[in-house]
Amino acid sequence: MKKQINNSVSRRGFVAGTTALAGSLGFPAVLGAQPAAVKVGLIHPVTGFVAYNGQQGRLGGTMAIEDINKAGGIKSMGGAKLEALLGDSQSKVEVGVAEVEKMNEQGVAAYIGCFQSPVTIAATQAAAKYNTPFLVDVAASDVIVNRGLKNTFRLMPGFGVCVDDGIASLGALNKAANNVAKTAVIVHESGEFGTGTAKLLASKLPSIGIEAKEVIAHDNPTRNFDNIALRIRSIAPDVVMMSNYGNEYMLLARTLYQQKVNVAGFYSILGGGFNYKFVKEMPDVSQYMMDVNHWFNPKSEQAQALKKRVEAGGALFTFEVYLGYSAAMLLADSLERAGSADKAKLTDALASSTFKAELMPYGPTKFVNGQNQGARPAVMQSLKGDIEVIAPAEFASAKAVFPKPKL
Amino acid sequence: MLDPQIIFAGILNGLLAGGIYVLVAVGLTLIYGVLHIINFAHGSLLMLAMYAVFWLWRLVGVDPYVALPVVTAGAFVFGFVLYRLVIGRFSHGRDENILLITLGLSIVIDNAALLFFGGDTQTIDVPYAGSFVEVGAAFLPLPKLISFGASLLICAVLGLYMAKSDTGKAIRAVAKERQGARLVGIDVDNIFAISYGIGIACLGAAACLLMPSYYVTPSSGHAFVLVAFTIVVLGGMGSFIGAAVGGFIIGITEALGGLLLGEQLGQIGISLIFILILLLKPTGLFGSKA
Repeated sequence: MKKQINNSVSRRGFVAGTTALAGSLGFPAVLGAQPAAVKVGLIHPVTGFVAYNGQQGRLGGTMAIEDINKAGGIKSMGGAKLEALLGDSQSKVEVGVAEVEKMNEQGVAAYIGCFQSPVTIAATQAAAKYNTPFLVDVAASDVIVNRGLKNTFRLMPGFGVCVDDGIASLGALNKAANNVAKTAVIVHESGEFGTGTAKLLASKLPSIGIEAKEVIAHDNPTRNFDNIALRIRSIAPDVVMMSNYGNEYMLLARTLYQQKVNVAGFYSILGGGFNYKFVKEMPDVSQYMMDVNHWFNPKSEQAQALKKRVEAGGALFTFEVYLGYSAAMLLADSLERAGSADKAKLTDALASSTFKAELMPYGPTKFVNGQNQGARPAVMQSLKGDIEVIAPAEFASAKAVFPKPKL
Repeated sequence: MLDPQIIFAGILNGLLAGGIYVLVAVGLTLIYGVLHIINFAHGSLLMLAMYAVFWLWRLVGVDPYVALPVVTAGAFVFGFVLYRLVIGRFSHGRDENILLITLGLSIVIDNAALLFFGGDTQTIDVPYAGSFVEVGAAFLPLPKLISFGASLLICAVLGLYMAKSDTGKAIRAVAKERQGARLVGIDVDNIFAISYGIGIACLGAAACLLMPSYYVTPSSGHAFVLVAFTIVVLGGMGSFIGAAVGGFIIGITEALGGLLLGEQLGQIGISLIFILILLLKPTGLFGSKA
């Protein structure tokens, strides 16, 4: 399932009209001045079990490309437009790799993708064979940037940073609550993202005086979380920590609520289903749940404007959208500085980038082994059917409620 | 070692989950029993019914349980028409064609759902979602308890209909010997369409019972089909009672396996039952009575 978005329709119309005019005036060389479009491969899982996340990522990427082209394209390349090639990984590793190969034959200058860590690990490796830059918009595993691939760049934080920041914030919350939490149960999806996150969490929780009593893995999809809820009830931890994709996150949260699992807090790291839709449609279930995740800078005017545009189009302003948008903007910035779509020059421009990610609460961009060192997550809490930022302090919009009131 | 009270709660939860599995499996086994094919579109049609329940709730505010008669009847009509206009017409009387058509339908329905409904997760938040009944250490969520009761009732009514009504008798006759049934004047093609319609109606009912505690996405129906297939094989392909007993066995196996071995290893129990039944009694528990 692949199609090309042609952002040059009006340009073609313009060119067609002016060609006729130029011909009549005796200036037939106008067409030759038009720079070739730069092809960008957007690979997301727009079908399969994480289709929604993939569609959101594609939305962010295509909106950015549309904005870049409207603003005149890449000026240092004579106003070259970006042309999005849309690929569907179908939530499968082998299909993601096949998309990389197909797009390579079509002459892409760079890739953006792929949401799922296993797909991204394989796709970046496939792109590395051709030295084609790969910008990871969303994918949490740190394996992606730990293999020494020169072509891979990730603007967002990986699960290592998210766990570190999450542990620090939970430690501070617990300390402020007189160390009410001493034990935790970790529930995670069984793929690379959930397993890697859970392993890190289990090893770092003791540093804040919390013992991980049990680590429970589940498949995607899981039909029924009753067993897990019962296991948690039998262990009676103080905190339940989760790392899973959207559907399972939501179903687990609902089951924990239905099974009256009473704990001091539900605290997820990269909880896939923690978004505006979840807290608005299930205010009782989501109330007081906390999540360490990607979040836009609420003080950024550009982020607020984009949020309005996305919502006006009937979509939700989820992290896939603004991370996809930011990755495409990073690419445009690097193309501008490279002045060329040459892969080596573009890779160098990305590696030395100091791009200001306007939408995100990040520090200055600095890539080390392809990972942006300025990236950081935020900690959110669902309060009265809305999402409030509770950390870091400079972006906080509310004070955290921890421990949560008993059911 | 787990607390016996938790194990008791697990068994009860397994029974409740089994109730829904039964309804999905009954539809599958009925279609197999009469048409002698595995309906590959079963998961996709379940998903479609779940979207029908969701949109009735979202657009008109109809509670999923109130929607049950409408969605079940609508699903029957949809299944009947689907068989008449697509499956029956293009299969040319060959079972393997029916198999391929249902597989093709599944792909078309999944992608059409993605196109029209998007990949977003849709849920229904009913006011009684958090209500529960306390039985010892077990908290039985009210929506699942209602689903269990309604599922049993629907199966019993369907069983009675199959045993007592003329159409039910005709369906059983076609299932046993379609050529003989044709010779005694039964409109076999019509019975095929009715059977397919009833199978899909079961999915309509299951969708209404699932939605208060589950979610719908274009791929969510498939999560139930593999387990329903195991139930059909366990109970005996084409057997109503087999599907009912098999559903509860699988529900409890899944619950106890999950509790004792962990959620991932717990699923081994289902696969183990599947393999054992194929090795020891390939006709299933009630296969000979089908």
